[in-house]
Amino acid sequence: MTLADYLFPALLYIGVFFYAAGSLGLLRFQDAELRLHALTKADNVGLGFVALAAALHWGSVAVAFKIAAVWLFALMAAGATAQLMARRAKTAAERGTDR
Amino acid sequence: MTLAFDLILCLMIVGTAAAALLTHNALAAIVFFIVFGNLLGLAWLAMNAVNVAMAEIAIGAGITGVLLILTRQRLMALGDDLVSAETPGWLRAGAVLACTGLTALVGSAVLSVAPADDLGGPIAALLPELGIENPVTGVLLAFRAYDTLLETFVLLGALVAVWSLAPGNAWPRPPASLNLAESGGGSVAQAFGRLLLPLALVMAAYLVWAGSDFPGGAFQAGTVLAGGLIIAAIGGAVAWPRADNSILRAVLVLGPGVFLIIGLAGIALGRFLFYPPGFAKAMIVAIEYSLALSIGATLALLLAGRSVAPDHRS
Repeated sequence: MTLADYLFPALLYIGVFFYAAGSLGLLRFQDAELRLHALTKADNVGLGFVALAAALHWGSVAVAFKIAAVWLFALMAAGATAQLMARRAKTAAERGTDR
Repeated sequence: MTLAFDLILCLMIVGTAAAALLTHNALAAIVFFIVFGNLLGLAWLAMNAVNVAMAEIAIGAGITGVLLILTRQRLMALGDDLVSAETPGWLRAGAVLACTGLTALVGSAVLSVAPADDLGGPIAALLPELGIENPVTGVLLAFRAYDTLLETFVLLGALVAVWSLAPGNAWPRPPASLNLAESGGGSVAQAFGRLLLPLALVMAAYLVWAGSDFPGGAFQAGTVLAGGLIIAAIGGAVAWPRADNSILRAVLVLGPGVFLIIGLAGIALGRFLFYPPGFAKAMIVAIEYSLALSIGATLALLLAGRSVAPDHRS
């Protein structure tokens, strides 16, 4: 067993822990902003750890760069979408509708 | 893949499908449908069908999901409360019966194919003549090119059908803007769209090129292109694609047109859709690039929807 053999499952479990925390936040928090906060922050960290684990597992620099690009795209998409949704939730709350 | 993973995935697929069917909230049903499509893509991936997985996630879950959400939004803007009338029991029972019968039929058809009935072998033997390595592209653009040619016309027909729903006084005008990035600039969405659109272009070009030898191809590339265009339009970085834009219209017919011309030119060499030996890959790549542009334009215009009259809000 090399260090990578221990690191790979450890990173996966840490990633899954953050995902679980994000999902818990999504279910338990009261309003849209808090839930978005849980989703974008915790889940992106979780995805980061899972991506690290995947990069380590495949063990090639080219694949690691591709996985890093995927993670970056997911970060940007989540951030931009969360911002749109938060804006929407704010105007909807001000207007008193759910549209 | 382990048995536990497969079982959990199957349970999740059936569960999300049931949730999408049984919930009364239209938005929740759409969200479950999108999750269902993504899980189905994972299932295809688990079976090593990467091309199908990409198409399922991009088109089955992505584009279809967005189309459903936009449809819901437009219906709500028209004052529809999106509550379906109670269906009579016999109709439900009939639907269950028909669906069960169809599932059993499809299931028995799939299971009747012997695992050793290997079409992969003959196709792999023919691929070197085409000069490409992705068997799916080989089947779609050479061995069953006729199907793909017709599919591209079906897609174009769907767009024409959407356009024809526009009222007379709305033509030719821009489609309804979605007002998603209203209230205060939406500068984050705009910056994201500006960043994503060129990346989507590069990604689409790569997907077509890679599609000859690796998973990828015109449909996946077209979806990426349409996604980039629509996200940029939502953020306000580019204008919404308009049905009366003559460049876009030319792009719409470019793919099917190039496909048809190459197909007809094949008649001169012997039969319809015959690629001259040695030039097969060049022909296939030319068709795929023009198809990717056309599919991207078609999907983007489908998402933008029909034109609206100037006095109408949505």
